[in-house]
Amino acid sequence: MNQRPLSPHLQVWRWGPHMLVSILHRATGDGMAVVGLAVLVWWLGALASGAEAYASFQGIMGSPLGMVVLVGLSWAFFTHMMSGLRHFVMDIGAGYELKTNRMWSIASPVIAVILTAGFWALMLTK
Amino acid sequence: MGNGTSIGRVRGLGAAHHGAHHWLVQRTTAIANVVLMAWLLVSFVMLGDFDHGSVVKWLSQPVAAVPMMLLVISLFWHARLGLQVVIEDYVHDAGTKFGVISALNLAIFGGGAFAIFSVAALAFGGQA
Repeated sequence: MNQRPLSPHLQVWRWGPHMLVSILHRATGDGMAVVGLAVLVWWLGALASGAEAYASFQGIMGSPLGMVVLVGLSWAFFTHMMSGLRHFVMDIGAGYELKTNRMWSIASPVIAVILTAGFWALMLTK
Repeated sequence: MGNGTSIGRVRGLGAAHHGAHHWLVQRTTAIANVVLMAWLLVSFVMLGDFDHGSVVKWLSQPVAAVPMMLLVISLFWHARLGLQVVIEDYVHDAGTKFGVISALNLAIFGGGAFAIFSVAALAFGGQA
């Protein structure tokens, strides 16, 4: 089995935006599934367990490291959402032309960063 | 159907007929995630104040508790489908794959049930 020839893998291809947006979709999805759901469950559990449990949640998630995690999760969400919406467009058979595909592969993660910045601007100024 | 190569072992068996269902549910939950996460993030911005009392007051209302429960279901279901695909891509040994998928199922149902119960406890005023 191990001796069977393999097709050329990651290292021989020149990286393009399509490859980046594809692996970002999986990485952000996995990250949110593991870290994001854990934070969500902790948040809801702490809320239901009372003020003391909630204070320890706030103490950790409100710390600088906790804020990095929260900002990271929001970035992961917007990135996953944008590449997910890109998948919806491709599901209907559109956006496969090379230039269009490349353009949206670049635009999706860029729009996601803008949305992340916009969300935190609203959160911190409100 | 032979027992030589991996393709030879499955040739002629036809499709498992589960692929389209997985794909459709992933898309269905994706749409729900976009709608419900938009609600959650807008709620966060509107809420502004994240003290225990303020968040409990907001989340114990039916108009917040119900979408939160639906969000938990949709997120956990979508995550379950996504992680399943990753496991199927990288875990090739059938026994290990069965074990890892089983662990995933337990974590998803356990985490989801805990999250929904927490929201229900707040909504029905059992705590806080």
